[in-house]
Amino acid sequence: MIAYLLRRTAILLGSLFLAAVVLFVLLRLLPGDPANALLPVGATPEQIEAARRELGTDAPLLTQFLTWLGDVVTLDLGKSLISTLPVGPEIAARLPVTVPLTLAAFTLAVLIAVPVGALAAIRADRWYGPVLNAVAQLGIAVPAFWVGLLLITVFALRLGVLPAGGFPPDGWADLPAAIEALVLPVVTVALVMSASLIRYVRGATLDVLGADYLRTARALGATGAQAMWRHGVRNAAVPVIAVLAMELATTFLGAVVVESVFALPGLGGMLVRGISQHDYPVIQGIMLVSTATVLVVGFLGDLAQRLVDPRLLHREAS
Amino acid sequence: MKRLISTLAALALAGTLAACGGDADGGSAGDSSAATIQIGSVYEPQNLDNTAGGGQGVTEALNGNVYEGLFTLTDTGAVEPLLAKEHKVSDDGLTYTFTLQPNVKFHSGKALTSADVKASIERVTAANSKSARKGNLEVIKEIATPDDATVVVTLKSRSISFVYNLSYIWVVNAAATDLTTTADGTGPYRLGDWKRGSTLSLTRFDGYWGTPAKNAGVVFHYFTDATALNNALLTNAVDIVTSEQSPDALAQFTGNGNYKVNDGQSTTKLLLAFNDKVAPFDKVAVRQAVSQAIDDKKLLTSIWGEYGTPIGSMVPPSDPWYEDLTSVNAYNVEGAKKLLADAGLPNGFTFTLDTPSYDPHPTAATFIKSELAKVGITVNINTITADEWYTKVYQKRDFAATLQEHVNDRDVVWYGNPDFYWGYDNPKVTDLINRAEQATTTDEQTTLLKEANKIIATEAASDWLYLYPQIVVASSKVSGYPVNGLNAQFFAYGIVKN
Repeated sequence: MIAYLLRRTAILLGSLFLAAVVLFVLLRLLPGDPANALLPVGATPEQIEAARRELGTDAPLLTQFLTWLGDVVTLDLGKSLISTLPVGPEIAARLPVTVPLTLAAFTLAVLIAVPVGALAAIRADRWYGPVLNAVAQLGIAVPAFWVGLLLITVFALRLGVLPAGGFPPDGWADLPAAIEALVLPVVTVALVMSASLIRYVRGATLDVLGADYLRTARALGATGAQAMWRHGVRNAAVPVIAVLAMELATTFLGAVVVESVFALPGLGGMLVRGISQHDYPVIQGIMLVSTATVLVVGFLGDLAQRLVDPRLLHREAS
Repeated sequence: MKRLISTLAALALAGTLAACGGDADGGSAGDSSAATIQIGSVYEPQNLDNTAGGGQGVTEALNGNVYEGLFTLTDTGAVEPLLAKEHKVSDDGLTYTFTLQPNVKFHSGKALTSADVKASIERVTAANSKSARKGNLEVIKEIATPDDATVVVTLKSRSISFVYNLSYIWVVNAAATDLTTTADGTGPYRLGDWKRGSTLSLTRFDGYWGTPAKNAGVVFHYFTDATALNNALLTNAVDIVTSEQSPDALAQFTGNGNYKVNDGQSTTKLLLAFNDKVAPFDKVAVRQAVSQAIDDKKLLTSIWGEYGTPIGSMVPPSDPWYEDLTSVNAYNVEGAKKLLADAGLPNGFTFTLDTPSYDPHPTAATFIKSELAKVGITVNINTITADEWYTKVYQKRDFAATLQEHVNDRDVVWYGNPDFYWGYDNPKVTDLINRAEQATTTDEQTTLLKEANKIIATEAASDWLYLYPQIVVASSKVSGYPVNGLNAQFFAYGIVKN
């Protein structure tokens, strides 16, 4: 396990570095010049040159990259080109919206998907097994913003029981308002996320249901439920964990659309705005934070898989 | 398993019920001056400094509310004194003497002096200033402060727009250090909290020198999605929407007695700008032909429905030198064909239209393409980002024709600058516009600019497609808000909520 942990950590750090390089190069390939965004209409070529010098975008790419990397290592994500405010604290200010939204939606999605997916597999012979599966299929095809608009129309506009969007100015200090503000966004993300999860859970459960060890357990006297609980769940969990880790990571950034529909001050809106304004430090900062999140969650997912199924460790060692 | 599902359902229901208890609107009913006004907008400031690229949002939230100028541009377009109690202009028009209002205090408590005014003007003209008004103030030769209440500005040449231009210049505390995230002005509100990406609040300033604000404060709520913004108004989370971006959502407010839809005056013009220096648009007849071949009214209706105004030139109705010129180069397909034939292009020609990728430009481009096809002109639509537009069109002048919105008032003067991106170069117009700036009276200025405007309209220097509407939608419980939003400002101090 320790050898695996070391190896996996090395891979994690390597991927992080690679991601930083790719991110940096890709952003520089975009057309347009951030110096333009800084200057008023009618700026002279001298002003533009001066702005480039001030931004450091006139330096060679490698110098720019090393400077940036050095700052990142010391947790300095630079200053926004547009607002001139530091990027790090601003990302930090958005996390209290994006992180709870992601985690709550993820938890709710798992709470929906695991029982529904398992039921759809176990009761594949009854009428509601295929129906559940079909509904999940349909759910995958439905875009998140549409679900969000539908929920807003019903719960905010028609029934008036929940806010249509926004986040309280006092944030989490105004706890009831903050929770209220997140109910519909969380349900939106969770519904969309659970649709694809249900299919994975169903698939994994079906695989396990047909497994020899389950039949053997039943032959040895266990009831179907006992056999499933003792042997099936653990085996079915392995592929599901891998998908869960991916889903969690996607949701973190996939919240962009939902944040916009619900006017939430999260990372998504900040990223969209940064992209439209060519605000390199903002885009780099958010992408770096989210890439790191994706990689770390993947790392934790891999560890969790190996804790659930130690055979994976042995297979890799041999 | 069944039990688990029913438990989940029960939990979800409980959550919904618990959430029912909240009420977004906690304003007291009796005293309207104690109410806080909730304002919804799509223009969040970039930062709070209008000389450091704060953008349209900072003007909307802070101009006239937190910061004041020596003069103010009212919602109807008039220039009135504000922090300048009175001003005198010397006979040669070169020396302006301003006397400041007495007993004016900054929010930090410091008294306003002439040194603050001098420093505030110099912030705008400083080398690192990103103010759009920097160029207008280059005419200043010297600023003197003979005493605490007097500012004397000497100009290099006459500038009849000088006082108007000063209405854009905020008077800030010269001692303030960080104006990008904090503010220190003399206005009726002090800055409350700015939650980036979400809200910006202003609270009534008790030490205000003038008439106090009629409400206890305002909160600007920022949205990136127009539907979310309208939903906020429908659920009473906001009282006012400062600027509707499309007519689609208005139907739900127009027939509803709980809301008022205000169709105000805007200064934003949608232009089909030709490169007047390059063939074929260097020929007046070709530009006239294109202008006559496009049915501007039909375009306006298809984008804005019954809103917006047809316009025949660069001058919007709120400018003092407005004249209805919609009959000049009006829609006339046969006339367009004849003009093309006269210009030696009876079979039309092909050109590329550089089109910014955001609304309404792509829609307008498609419309123009189909209109011009009727007179034999082929349009290739080239979609570009705002950034590319700036580099390709504005800086390199590498274009045949482009679409762009021009938002400012009083901006017909750009046609007097042959170096501007559209390259319109008519010495007569340049002379008229220069003389207008040197004029001794506003009447003279108005006469000269009207003449210049007629010439550019006749010569179709550009094709002015239409004037945008400025639509403020508000709950019928509130009144006293500005409806025109000239220069993107939104004075909040007169708003009352019953």
